Amino acid sequence: MSLMLNHISFKPTEEYHLNDISLRFESGKMYTILGRTLSGKTTLLKTIAGLQTPDSGSINFDDTDFLSIPVWKRNVAMVYQQFINYPHLNVRDNIAFPLKQRKMDENLIESEVKEAMEKVGLIGFESRKIQELSGGQQQRVALARSLAKKAKILLLDEPLVNLDYKLREGLREEFKKLFNVSDESNSILIYASTDPLEAMQLNGNIIVIDEGKILQSGTAKDVFENPATAKVAEITNDPAMNINKCLIQDNSLIMNDSVQIQIPDQLKSIPNGKYLVGIRATDIYLDDQGFAFDVEISEISGSETFLHLRNNNLKCVATIEEVKTYNTNEVVKINFDKSKIYLFEESGELQHSPYQ
Amino acid sequence: MPRLYTFLKYFFVVLWACFVIAPFLWAISTSFKDFNSVTGGATYIPWLQFEPTLDGWSVLFKPGSQGGINIIGPYFNSIFVTLTASLISIVLGTLAAYALSRYTFKAGIVKNNDITFFFISQRIMPPVVLSIPFFIFLSSLGLLDSLAGLILVYIVLLMPIAVWIMVDFFNRVPREIDETALIDGCNPFQAFFKVVLPNSVPGMLVAGLFCIIFGWIDFFFAFILTFTKVQLLPVKIVALNSSITPWWSLSAAALVSVAPLIIVAFIVERYLSKGNLSGALK
Repeated sequence: MSLMLNHISFKPTEEYHLNDISLRFESGKMYTILGRTLSGKTTLLKTIAGLQTPDSGSINFDDTDFLSIPVWKRNVAMVYQQFINYPHLNVRDNIAFPLKQRKMDENLIESEVKEAMEKVGLIGFESRKIQELSGGQQQRVALARSLAKKAKILLLDEPLVNLDYKLREGLREEFKKLFNVSDESNSILIYASTDPLEAMQLNGNIIVIDEGKILQSGTAKDVFENPATAKVAEITNDPAMNINKCLIQDNSLIMNDSVQIQIPDQLKSIPNGKYLVGIRATDIYLDDQGFAFDVEISEISGSETFLHLRNNNLKCVATIEEVKTYNTNEVVKINFDKSKIYLFEESGELQHSPYQ
Repeated sequence: MPRLYTFLKYFFVVLWACFVIAPFLWAISTSFKDFNSVTGGATYIPWLQFEPTLDGWSVLFKPGSQGGINIIGPYFNSIFVTLTASLISIVLGTLAAYALSRYTFKAGIVKNNDITFFFISQRIMPPVVLSIPFFIFLSSLGLLDSLAGLILVYIVLLMPIAVWIMVDFFNRVPREIDETALIDGCNPFQAFFKVVLPNSVPGMLVAGLFCIIFGWIDFFFAFILTFTKVQLLPVKIVALNSSITPWWSLSAAALVSVAPLIIVAFIVERYLSKGNLSGALK
């Protein structure tokens, strides 16, 4: 079974929310839609669910025309980033709601609800009211409700984004297990996220979307190693990959007047000209013999320090593997890992990847 | 500091309570006085300062032939008209408000907000402006001096309040709840009745409270649109006034007419202060 999106476009205002999207989802697989806020992720999920009707294009699921079926008959499940449950029902009735709506047998409902609650770890909370639960538990209820339905298509719209860091990490681990289990049920799992790290951890197929357009789709490894465009490289890295204009001339890569590096061997074959150079924040390191940059902002994140650096018009972000406080305008000397340099054409297409 | 804060808090609460309760005490004490006790200077304490009588109260229940006004009929008329008009206003207002909150309407330049404003604008006009149109309207329908006519007019007055409150309420309920209901297999009607409506009780209670208050206290239309067959409480009470103002029976009538509102307010307040629904949709 597969879900096919053919040339889906949705343009409610001047701008496209979805721009000519064609995708194929296979059952039993997991897909992560990675894109920034307002890139069209939610609109895409809502279109698949049937909450939004596209202006043009078609959706086919298992040879049926999905667009002709109203939402309530599509048998999809969706978890929102807000914790959406039915406030007037207790936990058990919340999870049983879609099953009751389907007029399932009472005993069967009981066992299905129990199974779903076990999966998400809510046993003991059956008769609690929704508003007596913490955010994480509320989201577990929403998740249990979508699992209990055993829907053919499971849509998860940034389900973890409103949780605090620790809960998010824990629940994500459980998600991975849940998804592996649900592989047997042959459902299509579509997970929308803004967080590249999350997308990589979930390790499914990644679909990169920006301004309503699909930029690239492929395995997590593929998208990470060979981003199709500079935009994809920015979206799929956190901090975003440093993309700067550069000039390749006579065996040197010139970023500006003072930052020029010797062309590494693997780039020797590239003709002279103007390019975009891409360097991951993690591929920049401190080096006394390196280039002098001014610190604009330094932020400590866990065991790392993000340095926002500037050398005249050249800006970049570096991840330093230690926790240290830097003053604004302090001068640091850095260097680039030359073996990890990406080159993009001026128009954005990938010209060279270190993994090629 | 916390102690001072607590002290000030209770000080002002008590002060305010005095302002609110004093008129009631005054009315209660006045309702048991006779002519001499009222006009002979300020007296407060029954038996000590004046001899309590039931004259003020008995006038309310005596038929007109015995010099009374017999408010029992008008009392039930008022309850019936107010409750019926409020109920219909809440039902229609809630449905209208849900549609205005969830669906986009467009007719030329008229959009959702304009429709909502059209409802509210019904309350902007002074009632006097509406009196003649209403009179002609009801008389051509043959509904002057009838309960049905009054209910019809009160719906016009009360439904804007219901729509106004409920639109605001629904706008604060996340759309995702309706959407989840649709995804979970409800058609739009089931989504409204099974999910949205059970969670809208607090909003409907507040809207209902306002409708009942505004319906109950209306004097103007009850006065204009009725004559003899049907009379509502406010009109009947004003009929007490004669060459001598009977403060004792006016006080008794005031207490009797304000009692239902106090009861309704207490009931609604108990539901709202439970808070189990108003904050749940966040």
